Amino acid sequence: MTSVVHRQVQGTSSSATDIVELPLAKALNAGLRKALADDPRVLLMGEDIGPLGGVFRVTENLQSEFGKRIIDTPLAESGIIGTAIGLAMRGYRPVCEIQFDGFIFPGFDQITTQLAKMTNRHEGQMRMPVVIRVPYGGHIGAVEHHQESPEAYFAHTPGLRLVSPSTPHDAYWMIQEAIASDDPVMFFEPKSRYWHKGQVDLSENSAALHSSKVVRSGTDVTLVGHGAMVTVLLQAAELAESEGTSVEVVDLRSLSPIDYAPVLSSVAKTGRLVIASEAPGFVSISSEIAATVAERAFYSLEAPVLRVSGYDAPFPPAKLETTYLPDADRVLEAVDRAMAY
Amino acid sequence: MEDSLNPSDQRHRADSGTGPVQLLDADGVLTTDGVAEEYLHYIELLTDDQLKQFHRDMVLTRRFDIEGANLQKQGEMGLWVPSIGQEGAQVGSAHAARPQDHLFPAYREHAVGMIRGLDPLRIVELLRGNTHGGWNPDETGNFHLYSLVIGSHTLHATGYAMGIAFDGKYATGDPDVDEAVMVYFGDGSTSQGDVSEALVFAASYQTPQVFFLQNNHWAISVPVSVQSRTPLVERPAGFGIPGVQIDGNDVLASYAVTSKNLDDARSGRGPRFIEALTYRIGAHTSSDDPTKYRTDAELQSWIARDPITRYEAWLRSKGEGDQFFAELQAEAEDLAADIRRRTHALENPSTDKIFDHVYSEPHPVMDEQKQWLADYEASFGGAA
Repeated sequence: MTSVVHRQVQGTSSSATDIVELPLAKALNAGLRKALADDPRVLLMGEDIGPLGGVFRVTENLQSEFGKRIIDTPLAESGIIGTAIGLAMRGYRPVCEIQFDGFIFPGFDQITTQLAKMTNRHEGQMRMPVVIRVPYGGHIGAVEHHQESPEAYFAHTPGLRLVSPSTPHDAYWMIQEAIASDDPVMFFEPKSRYWHKGQVDLSENSAALHSSKVVRSGTDVTLVGHGAMVTVLLQAAELAESEGTSVEVVDLRSLSPIDYAPVLSSVAKTGRLVIASEAPGFVSISSEIAATVAERAFYSLEAPVLRVSGYDAPFPPAKLETTYLPDADRVLEAVDRAMAY
Repeated sequence: MEDSLNPSDQRHRADSGTGPVQLLDADGVLTTDGVAEEYLHYIELLTDDQLKQFHRDMVLTRRFDIEGANLQKQGEMGLWVPSIGQEGAQVGSAHAARPQDHLFPAYREHAVGMIRGLDPLRIVELLRGNTHGGWNPDETGNFHLYSLVIGSHTLHATGYAMGIAFDGKYATGDPDVDEAVMVYFGDGSTSQGDVSEALVFAASYQTPQVFFLQNNHWAISVPVSVQSRTPLVERPAGFGIPGVQIDGNDVLASYAVTSKNLDDARSGRGPRFIEALTYRIGAHTSSDDPTKYRTDAELQSWIARDPITRYEAWLRSKGEGDQFFAELQAEAEDLAADIRRRTHALENPSTDKIFDHVYSEPHPVMDEQKQWLADYEASFGGAA
């Protein structure tokens, strides 16, 4: 852990040296290193993940430490997922890196028709502990296919689990939990957050993999989102408070299954719900949550459930991304609409 | 458009090497020319009982196939997938595998499964709609599940072979330790990207595996000439993988050539590719009508090269008498009767099967929906 900067933190039960400040990408790197060290059956596979350390450097220095267990693959996403399935059949725990969100689709068939169904097809007699890491989302000014949010395609597929951390601490722990899972886990990494630092408690995991979490308390409106959107929601909550509106923010963390308990208890308190995502809103994680909350919290609601999302248009050229992606102002516009009821 | 396939199109051309390896010609005469000589010693090592077992497996599989088709016609299954005509390729190659090898079938490899210990009723259950497969390869001689997305399983096989390499379970020189993978696929699947990617990965990591292509000349209604303008055996060379073409209706050639190539794979010489030229005598499935797209003359030309007929002729020429063949026919009738009886005894699966094993670990949505269905069914008051 030579690259980790240790830092004294007051007022925590963990020993001071267990708290480190890391950018999200380095927290993932530390989590992967821990998983590789803990279990010799863990393998990493992907394009450019060896000497280069991945295009985002998430796997930096891991090949020098773990050798052939860090596999630079041919440039073929279906091949990566398909061979990972075979390795899992052999008892390995492959962690596949898809280089960018928009490049996952050549692997879509292997993920949806094979990986997701393999345990079911074997009636439980074949486990599929495969993790697929997907750097996703916008805000990095990149070219086409490099800024997308394809979560909903996979959330629609039974047999997969989907998670997305928003903080370095969650990234460090959730990647290890995903690797420890005996089911396939799609691990969506908010790439615009890769370089943002946060405190990571290396000694204590604070939440289960498939739990959502209230990250800010409030009483008037509930905001729900995941990944990089959580930062936008927290900004919006700050601004709303300065205008006299108390906003609660729930970080979903798990997209399949969705942990509804914190969402429902928050809505029971606020009566108003706004769901935000970078992905287009049509047939989305957000629409699923809206439908479920309408079913389960109908009498708590004081206003219609509202969604703020990317437009139902292809992700635009990067010079338009700040208009396409929801920002705090668009979230606040929805907060105002909800408060008008 | 070209005329319907000329069977010779898929044979090695004279200028690209030799023709397909054949040890037993269509009349059941053992050939001993130059190419055959390289492989004959694999046959010479077989006992008479082993040689008879080849025939037994081909005959039993064909009888199972006929019974399956009949049961489908009688409404016992939604679909039947016949393998008639391909028994030579399958039986020979399956017997070349060792117990520790892993075999990944497409969905027509009934003989391979039976030889590895799969209860053929599992195939009936799948095609009847009771299961999606559901057998455990650990209990079926490492015979994996049928795979219906064409070519997808070639990547699983290659990944599995990468795992063997990681485990160091090849190239040790110990015949009880060294493992290999064999994956079965068809001529149609060679056009799928997954098959090409499997060849790329296999070559890159020099996996211990054999790609066993059964070129049965038709992908449902599309002739192999639409899949490839060159003999498919020439394709692996572009990936750096040696390929060999065999007469797939010659069970001895299938056994001998597969034995050699599995030996090569197990001993660390890298992946190998076999193209077995054969023919799907029956329909693609019970839903197909091959009279709409292929000629009777073509069919008859392949019936004349039937793998069972020629092998029986050879066994008889070696002195095998009527008693063996009569007893085998009786055994085949018993197998068919047993399959029929057990098919009729199959019960519909429990509705729990919808939810159980979607995930290995507990999942709240599965629990919730399973409970909802139970409550819903209970709400009608009678038995579920």
